[in-house]
Amino acid sequence: MNLFEHIGRFILMIGQAFKKPEKWSVLRKNFIIEINTIGISSLSIVALLSLFMGAVMVIQTASNIDSPLIPAYTVGFATRQSMILEFSSTMICLILAGKVGSNIASEVGTMRLTEQIDALEVMGVNSINHLVLPKILASLFIFPFIVLISMGLGLIGGGLIGTQAGIITLEKYIMGLQYYFDPFSITYSLIKTLFFAFFIATIPSYFGYYVNPSGGALEVGKSGTKSVVASSMVILLINLIITYFLLL
Amino acid sequence: MSIIVNNVIKGFSGTEIIKDISFEFEKGKTNLIIGQSGSGKSVLTKCIVGLYEVDSGEVIYGGENFSAMNKSERKKIRTQIGMLFQGSALFDSYSVEQNVMFPLTMFTDMSKEEMLERVNFCLERVELENKNHLFPSEISGGMQKRVAIARAIALNPQYLFCDEPNSGLDPKTSIVIDNLIHDLTKEYDMTTVVITHDMNSVMEIGENILYIHEGENWWTGDNHSIVTTNNQEIGDFVYASEFMKQLRGKLI
Repeated sequence: MNLFEHIGRFILMIGQAFKKPEKWSVLRKNFIIEINTIGISSLSIVALLSLFMGAVMVIQTASNIDSPLIPAYTVGFATRQSMILEFSSTMICLILAGKVGSNIASEVGTMRLTEQIDALEVMGVNSINHLVLPKILASLFIFPFIVLISMGLGLIGGGLIGTQAGIITLEKYIMGLQYYFDPFSITYSLIKTLFFAFFIATIPSYFGYYVNPSGGALEVGKSGTKSVVASSMVILLINLIITYFLLL
Repeated sequence: MSIIVNNVIKGFSGTEIIKDISFEFEKGKTNLIIGQSGSGKSVLTKCIVGLYEVDSGEVIYGGENFSAMNKSERKKIRTQIGMLFQGSALFDSYSVEQNVMFPLTMFTDMSKEEMLERVNFCLERVELENKNHLFPSEISGGMQKRVAIARAIALNPQYLFCDEPNSGLDPKTSIVIDNLIHDLTKEYDMTTVVITHDMNSVMEIGENILYIHEGENWWTGDNHSIVTTNNQEIGDFVYASEFMKQLRGKLI
């Protein structure tokens, strides 16, 4: 299959996913399960990464400021901008594309391999709607919270290392965080996150759902790899497009 | 109600796998599709249940042309179909109880208590009482097949499909599963279609048999006529081993 055929089949899959669910109560239950699988289980890695990245940003920014003309609060300002505009949305979503994406692709792929998807279809259940829609909705719901948590923890991590290592005083750091703060930067970041969340849920579902069952475990493994590569590329492309239209 | 397959043709990438097959799967009988590996048994079955669209021909369920129906029209028929897959196809993340309850949750408005009652009835019927809270990974292959049968009969289906129900099972458990399928067919007066290449199954429950060879309807009959047929192809299939060939010499 060429790229256009993949895109066409992907669009058809999305169309199926957004059909009316068989039972709203089942969708609600699956939605809650997916919030836990996709979101809550990712919180620890996101928290760890954000704390450390915030800390590293403070050290790197401080170590690159040589001129006495540049005020000390620049460290806080640069950390805030980096965390909010790029790290917490794009980088965290790229990491989640790996963690969550491979999980989704292997889960759905194994269901295809073990005929669980066929079982759903024979029963008369719209398998795409049943399996993919809860993942999309859960991702769209939970990812903005994850990104907001990442922003907060990154800035806290930066503050902790900055003050404890004597790089910057807490007052100067907070002044930097508040300096020329435009709330739209958070809106911009959350808009990006919604797009990323959609593709992190759908691209791995696509590769898992259409895995070649005769290829066995090897094909499921490949589908995981393909989904991570494809969703990472889409995230980078969407990041560029949204940044161009919203910030220029 | 019976299932009638009329002149079904199905191919992939230009290669015809099912070549103009017509057959009637009779109500209240265990109908068998048999044949060597790669003969097209599974493809034909997937055409019948609608997992594959036929290239030409028709599949008729109780007088209704399933092949000509759209997805929503097919849903009504699908809720009357129960299917046991080769690998059981139980949902890994669901317990035994949740697996059997799944079709009831999706397609009925039963209360939780009513569903539980039905689940327990189905599990008792397949002799799996008190296994409700175990997960598929915690039970044996034979038990998984029985859970899958319980799930397949949960909605009181009119049609039961079993894709190689004995694969991976020992001969004794295989006969238990075969007898269970046969008994349920009589009990619910279902149209049962079993895909197999296990001769024990053929002899045990084969009331109406379709033998497929290279995608063609090669022979039809029952478990009595299959052992006495002079058809060379069937003979090679039934009496495949040297031991069976010697036995054939004594039989015929």
